[in-house]
Amino acid sequence: MSETRPGLTLPSEIADAVRSVNPATSRRGFLKASGALFISVWLGANPTERALAQTAAGSAGPYPIPDYLQLDTWIVIHPDNTATFHVGKTDGGQGTGTAYRQMMCDELDIAYDRATLVMGNTDITPDQGGSGGSDGIEVDGWPMRRTAAEARRVLLELASAALNTPVAELTINNGTIAVAGNPSRSVTYAELVGGRRFDVTLTGENINQIRGLAEVKPVQDLRVIGQSIPRYDIPAKVDGSLTWAVDVKLPGMVHARNVRPPVAGATLESVDESSVSGMPGFVAVVHRRNYLAVVFEREEQAINGARALRTEWTPPSEAPFPPSQDLFDYMRAQTPTSSSREVISGDPDAAFAAAAHVLEADYEVPFQGHTAIGPAHALADPSDGQMTIYSNDMKIYGLRLGVARFLDMQEDRVRAIYMDGPQVYGRTAADDVGFEAAFLAKELGRPVRVQWMRDEETAWDTKGPAYTFRMRGGLDAAGRPVAIEYEARALDYNHVGYNEPDTVLIAQLMGIRPAQPAQGGAALPSNQYGIAHQRMVGHVVSLPIIWETPLRCGNLRDPNGPQVTFAFEAFIDEMAAAANADPVEFRLSMIEDSAEDGQFRKARSLATMRAAAETYGWDSRPSPNPLMAAASGAIVSGRGIAYTFRSGTVVAIIADVEVNRETGRIFVKRLVCAHDCGLVINPTGMKYTVECGMLHGLSRALWEEVRFDNEKVTSVDWASHPTLRHSDTPESIEVVIVNGDPHPGRPDLPHYGAGEACHKPMIAAVANAFHDATGVRLRRVPFRPESVLDALRNQVS
Amino acid sequence: MAVVTLSVNGATHEVDIEASTPLLYVLRNDLDLKGPRFGCGLAQCGACTVLIDGVATRSCVTPASAVRGAITTLEGLSQNGQLDPLQQAWIAEQVPQCGYCQNGQILTARALLNANPNPSDSEIRAGMEGVLCRCMSYFRIQAAIKRTVQQSTASFFNASPAEKTGAAS
Ligand code: FES
Ligand code: FES
Repeated sequence: MSETRPGLTLPSEIADAVRSVNPATSRRGFLKASGALFISVWLGANPTERALAQTAAGSAGPYPIPDYLQLDTWIVIHPDNTATFHVGKTDGGQGTGTAYRQMMCDELDIAYDRATLVMGNTDITPDQGGSGGSDGIEVDGWPMRRTAAEARRVLLELASAALNTPVAELTINNGTIAVAGNPSRSVTYAELVGGRRFDVTLTGENINQIRGLAEVKPVQDLRVIGQSIPRYDIPAKVDGSLTWAVDVKLPGMVHARNVRPPVAGATLESVDESSVSGMPGFVAVVHRRNYLAVVFEREEQAINGARALRTEWTPPSEAPFPPSQDLFDYMRAQTPTSSSREVISGDPDAAFAAAAHVLEADYEVPFQGHTAIGPAHALADPSDGQMTIYSNDMKIYGLRLGVARFLDMQEDRVRAIYMDGPQVYGRTAADDVGFEAAFLAKELGRPVRVQWMRDEETAWDTKGPAYTFRMRGGLDAAGRPVAIEYEARALDYNHVGYNEPDTVLIAQLMGIRPAQPAQGGAALPSNQYGIAHQRMVGHVVSLPIIWETPLRCGNLRDPNGPQVTFAFEAFIDEMAAAANADPVEFRLSMIEDSAEDGQFRKARSLATMRAAAETYGWDSRPSPNPLMAAASGAIVSGRGIAYTFRSGTVVAIIADVEVNRETGRIFVKRLVCAHDCGLVINPTGMKYTVECGMLHGLSRALWEEVRFDNEKVTSVDWASHPTLRHSDTPESIEVVIVNGDPHPGRPDLPHYGAGEACHKPMIAAVANAFHDATGVRLRRVPFRPESVLDALRNQVS
Repeated sequence: MAVVTLSVNGATHEVDIEASTPLLYVLRNDLDLKGPRFGCGLAQCGACTVLIDGVATRSCVTPASAVRGAITTLEGLSQNGQLDPLQQAWIAEQVPQCGYCQNGQILTARALLNANPNPSDSEIRAGMEGVLCRCMSYFRIQAAIKRTVQQSTASFFNASPAEKTGAAS
């Protein structure tokens, strides 16, 4: 059996980060002298040395919070004329790390392969909040660009003094500054600051606003941005050499598995430790109120122990929720716990009264899960009065702060290190498990690794909220849309936040909770439709039990967008069909009727919709396809469009579907996505993220639903909780990059996000294409074969 | 406890474990391999896939003591420092999003091509059906498999007659 090798447990970029964190200490000479031993000792004995060294100096902990106002926090220039960038983000596999590096290289004027990037390491990288909301490029990219631009400015000043030449007469080429026209008089970045600090303070009220004296480059001068540089993280993910968060091992570590209440809201009455204490490798049973875990020396022993542990639980006095088949009726019958203010324009009542044709329809979307391919996991190391958590949690800073509060530790004695992991696309059990590992590690005084099991993950992970919608629309005698009404109900009460120490699952099970549960919310649609008379409102309704329940909500990729956009864009399609209008033209004319906004969403919506139609080869006609009504045979086909925006990104998707009328199977054959997210940092990386984001939406359209009886979730594995598979993959996917800005060549073209906008209209595009093929509307997600056959039998149209 | 002998990526290892221990945990925790990963423990997802004598096998439900053949993990797929053509195609097509499932995707594709070097589109879909990706990188995975097939077919047609018939060796 091989020994655990502490020096080899961390990926090289983290080791590099550790080496580069304090360039003032002349790491080069030291490294030369001590070689790999340095890394191995530092990481193996790890926190110990640093903790002791720093605690000796005072009461400050070993992990001071990086000061984002210091340029040195963001950029390190090494003596070999390379750079390391530190950013407070994580990359869930969308290639954002590569994109951040491109942005910073461009502003710093250094070649892409001369730089490395470190992300989400709470004592090294500045707190940009981790990831979420597809705002990495749109929001967090700006401080990255500005700090790199500022570093470039400072380097030019230093070079000016060193070369005794005004800045205006200097040129930069890949980390070397020369006198214009006299390249022999030059100095490198390394010669100016390599291995030393910039000691430059930035200004700004918060991290998003920080800036130095320099301006960022105009778009026309950008060289690295806009290139499809291959993602730096992919080779090690393909050859098996990457160390993931699941792979970290520490000397003396033990394995824990949770034991969950068998019924939501149940109370743990007794635990029979003797049922497992004789098993090989037994370390401990740990419980605190309803939180319960077993700890064993080996992983498979912990799994066996969790299964064998004898416990007694008392179910709650009332059923925690209705069974999933009754969910939507339940939601419609509830009195809302909160409602948004009605958004009214024009006079909808009068417009409906005067309308020549009024349509109504209800839509339903169930709870859907994140259900990561790899269940939640974390390793916590409690040595020497500090706590280090190795995790793939994208809210890594919240994890550090939350754990510090939960365990009543000084924040600078806790650090969280982000490492690659199975992605989850939102706020999930990846948060919860970091707290569990840290709690158990502190209890036992040993490093503890926790991983959830498949059924635990699928049942207990946070859920995207369920929704019901009531839509009403009015057309005038010419078929023009004159009024629309939107009423949503979301089962989103007590939507949990980001790593608060009183809302993570372990806290709930321990009986710790905030005075007020979160109010939740029901979102309104995002579009640029100029319908004159509108009424929009969202309500939130609650389940009987809101704590210690597997039906707890947390952000899931574009938290409300797919639900809301399904209802809204499917209903717009119903209105277009009622008007006997082509669905693209119907939408274009509504967009034409809207007012422009500060992000030019009107112009960009028009351009995006037209680009989608043109790429697809859309010919004008109303839906459903008249040819299909007469079609013989099992298979009919259709096309559907859906459009929306998310933050600054505008997107239109056209789906081609084949429907097998005998089996009920929907196959999406072709997808076209027109996508305007402004300045694109890495076109290929962006397109592939959009491909996958659309298919994630397709999975939610066709398959995903959380099912439960009136006490527990019953969809707990890949058989009971189906997902998209290889056979569902479209034969063709086209992603068209659009720049619909009215001034496309403007030097300050903004960059917007790409992870979620494409995910948002996917369900609607499929439903609309299904109608085009069959003349039947699908108004309840997911569109599994059995519901498709039901809909076809009932001929809902 | 039982001493189990395993051949993994060309090396022989002896481990002293409970006979029922799934191969997955022995590879990960005793042999420190990182390719096979836990996804479901139920033979439903493919994340834990290894090759045993070239056949894709789910290590989460395979007792280590039952394994007789030669095990290849993702780490062992390259030959003489050269990545497998599938791995090269995976990089060229920039397949992974998070990448967690890709061990199972690559090894299942390798087993598929071992059995059928020139699969049709529907044979690729059928052969890969049981390997799940929650980042939905399926389109890219299929593109990488097709690229590999095309390149090996192309090199077959470009090869000398002797190479085609195997007489060159
Ligand atoms: S972990 Fe083995 S098939 Fe899922
Ligand atoms: S790439 Fe993330 S699960 Fe497949």
